[in-house]
Amino acid sequence: MDTVDDIATKQEEFEQDGRAPVVAIDNVYKSFGNLKVLNGISLSVARGETLAVLGRSGTGKSVLLRLIIGLNQPDSGSIRIGGQDITGLPMDQLGLIRKKMGFLFQHAALYDSLSVAENVAFPLRHHRREMSGSERDDRVRKLLAEVGLENDIEKMPSDISGGMQKRVGLARALALAPEILLLDEPTAGLDPISSGEIDELILKLQREHQMASIVVTHDMFSAKTIASRLALLDQGSVVIEGTFEDLRQSDIGFVKEFLMHS
Amino acid sequence: MSDLALGESRDTRTQVQVQPAMPAPAAAHSIALLINRFFEWFGELGIFFWKVARAAVTPPFEGRELLRQLDEVGSKSLPLVALAGAAIGVVISLEARYSLSRFGAKSMFPATLVYSVIQVMGPVITGLVVSGRVGAGIGAELASMKVTEQIDAIEACAINPYRLLAATRIVACILMLPLLTIAADACGLLTGWFAQALVEPLSFHQFIESGFHGATFNAFLPPTFKTAVYGLIIGLIACFQGMRTRGGAEGVGRAATNSVVLASLFLILADVVLVKFILVVFP
Repeated sequence: MDTVDDIATKQEEFEQDGRAPVVAIDNVYKSFGNLKVLNGISLSVARGETLAVLGRSGTGKSVLLRLIIGLNQPDSGSIRIGGQDITGLPMDQLGLIRKKMGFLFQHAALYDSLSVAENVAFPLRHHRREMSGSERDDRVRKLLAEVGLENDIEKMPSDISGGMQKRVGLARALALAPEILLLDEPTAGLDPISSGEIDELILKLQREHQMASIVVTHDMFSAKTIASRLALLDQGSVVIEGTFEDLRQSDIGFVKEFLMHS
Repeated sequence: MSDLALGESRDTRTQVQVQPAMPAPAAAHSIALLINRFFEWFGELGIFFWKVARAAVTPPFEGRELLRQLDEVGSKSLPLVALAGAAIGVVISLEARYSLSRFGAKSMFPATLVYSVIQVMGPVITGLVVSGRVGAGIGAELASMKVTEQIDAIEACAINPYRLLAATRIVACILMLPLLTIAADACGLLTGWFAQALVEPLSFHQFIESGFHGATFNAFLPPTFKTAVYGLIIGLIACFQGMRTRGGAEGVGRAATNSVVLASLFLILADVVLVKFILVVFP
């Protein structure tokens, strides 16, 4: 079994080879009891690329993100992050890889006993212990300013709206300057202007940091804006993967119906 | 000639409904399921304990969170524990005086009160009070975090939730229970003496000298420090119940209730074993 040092070495070697996909999901199956959620999914995302994953509710999109971050284990198949197969890795070794990922949960999952600022500072406090208090505060303020919440620093999660909570969750996901961003419905519950601002932010991060992103969304407009590729799921399988134009020109009935109702 | 057909009874004719007993195979299956769930629970608890123990002894250590939990478990439980100890002191004082008077052994009162409070009632009452307050609090807090994905968010941030959430709370309970027990004992002895002194003059100095006459550390330290085991039971069960919760608000309520009930039950069962252990090892 690889040690933590082995994983760090492999990650460095991988980063020097810019060709391989940063996230590679290969023939992954996942069931919960008798319910088959993912049925042989294969997807990949390269550095600087954004993949939007779309589909009806309950088709396993959020489960896919949970498998990538390692919160659930696939029944079979492999998930490679930076060339390292993460399936079955123990928590301390998985932690090394998770530090390079940022995850935005569907309902933000903010720590309700901490303020907005403390929520964003949480990963910094644990993983950037060399940072002084003022450096950490500056970073937190900068992150909250990027999501438009610089005036809500001392508020508690229960004092802000669901959309604002989502933006705090995004700021927290960006705290460690991740190389891979996983976003579960980032614009759900946001007004059109705020949604547009989040889309702009994701595009900016992609340009500046060459981040690889996987975005689960129902928002076709947002998907078209931020994603270089889209993957449409149905009954746990990828029906079609490609650009928005590829989807638009597809003859597959489910794809046409999905686009028609979007 | 009987008007009843072969095999027919008067009872059948009058249509008395007799509920059939549960078929034996179904009853056996239900019992088997219960036994299975019983051992499954212990198995999962064992795995949870192993994960927490490993996380507790590997860096990085969560000192800040541990300090917060020491305050939460210790300082905030102190008033309640002190009150419970004080009440127990009065109860034992009243009961002991009555019983000892009947047998002409009033002079044994100080020793009776001291030994009863420090060796038996102080530790158990402290354990049960803390189980109720802290056990329910930890169970509900962690259950609420579980159903709102906050524990998943901690894990996604590459922070070990067994170390941050469970180990800190369990260590805090282990460290604080003996100290809280000492506080409960002190309050119990004080109020017990006071209740007696109201009826018959007895100076506090006389009471202490008489109560602790001939006593050794072996008589009082093991019963006090056995409460560290109570702390382990309370913290472990509350964290386990909280972190495996499912089912929204109902699940949170169930976790809080189960934390208190199971922790209290195991605490009392553990006391049986610990008392025997102490009697053998510290005669």
